[in-house]
Amino acid sequence: MATEKQNEMRREQILRSSGVNPRKCMKCGKCSGTCPAYDEMEWHPHQFVQMVADGDIEPLLKSDSIYKCLTCFACVDRCPRGVEPAKLVEAVRLSVIREQGANHMKPDDIPAMLDEDLPQQLLVSALRKYAK
Amino acid sequence: MKVSYFPGCTLRTKARDLDLLSRRCAEALGVTLEEIDDWQCCGGVFTTARDEIATKLSSVRALKAAKAKDQMLVTVCSACHNVIKQTNHAMQTDSDFALRVNNYMNIGDPENQPYYGETKVLHFLELLRDVVGFERVQAAVKNPLTGRRIGAYYGCLLLRPGKTMAMDDVENPSIIEDFLRALGAEPVIYAMRNECCGGYITLEDKGLAAKKSSAVLADAKSAGAEAVITACPLCKYNLEKNGGGEVPVIYFTELLAEALGIKED
Repeated sequence: MATEKQNEMRREQILRSSGVNPRKCMKCGKCSGTCPAYDEMEWHPHQFVQMVADGDIEPLLKSDSIYKCLTCFACVDRCPRGVEPAKLVEAVRLSVIREQGANHMKPDDIPAMLDEDLPQQLLVSALRKYAK
Repeated sequence: MKVSYFPGCTLRTKARDLDLLSRRCAEALGVTLEEIDDWQCCGGVFTTARDEIATKLSSVRALKAAKAKDQMLVTVCSACHNVIKQTNHAMQTDSDFALRVNNYMNIGDPENQPYYGETKVLHFLELLRDVVGFERVQAAVKNPLTGRRIGAYYGCLLLRPGKTMAMDDVENPSIIEDFLRALGAEPVIYAMRNECCGGYITLEDKGLAAKKSSAVLADAKSAGAEAVITACPLCKYNLEKNGGGEVPVIYFTELLAEALGIKED
């Protein structure tokens, strides 16, 4: 269990790294409404914004939701307040995988996932999102 | 004219046709794609975090190589385009990021000139629209694709984030439809043309990728498209592998080469 101090430092780092100001959010829910991964997420884009604003970071760090974001930027372009939730999701994910041994995907996992048509672009994209 | 060209990892491997036909079509339209020396993979997706430096250096190297030749930098793959254009935008607008990147670039090269996003980055479709001009493309068409009903698939990376990509209206785009009209084809508008195919999630969640991709193709089919075109190898893979197979998915360059009469050269 992380201490309050650790969580506060992590929250500050997430805000700095994402450049997002979650207090600009007016809670319209458009980000979650347009998110292609909504059904697969435990915490949804609007909840990321709210929870980071409130300092309620820990549930996000522990959730698989951080690996469900597709970085499609739909929430970034469609947010009427310019909050850019995807950047926040990314900063939370980086905060997790930057820890020692916390990569979500490892190169050794790759061979079992391959098929003959799979483009290289897919591998580099996944490794960039799931590993440091 | 000559422009710098960044092919990217997949155009050298699984998407060789996309590379080959792009070069050939460009040449036919009076533009030479000069491949950058020793380019490195862009990484496939842009890391939005402002403190991610190393992951963006390969894009900056490509941008600097184009600047050194005083050329525009053209990409064909939607992902390369997205990563390189967003990196360039960050170099122009985020001074802290630009300073750190330039510090890296100085290592081993004290004569290194700092870079602040001077290079103009264009997707191949933008090259056709803004430099060549769709009217000149139209004039070069030898085999018009008359009667062909084609759906444009923009996906996510080609247009978003809209302010940075500055390519088209993100919700009501027209660049690929105008491209199709120039070739004599009939563009089919459908609602899902700028929704995500599932992207890299297919590696660990095929179900989600299948849901997203099949919704795109079903929508294109119900709108009457006989095929959809894309500029992204990952979209093509997802739509073909996970999309249910109801509508063929082809690269936009294939139609261009066919219309220009140079597909089988």
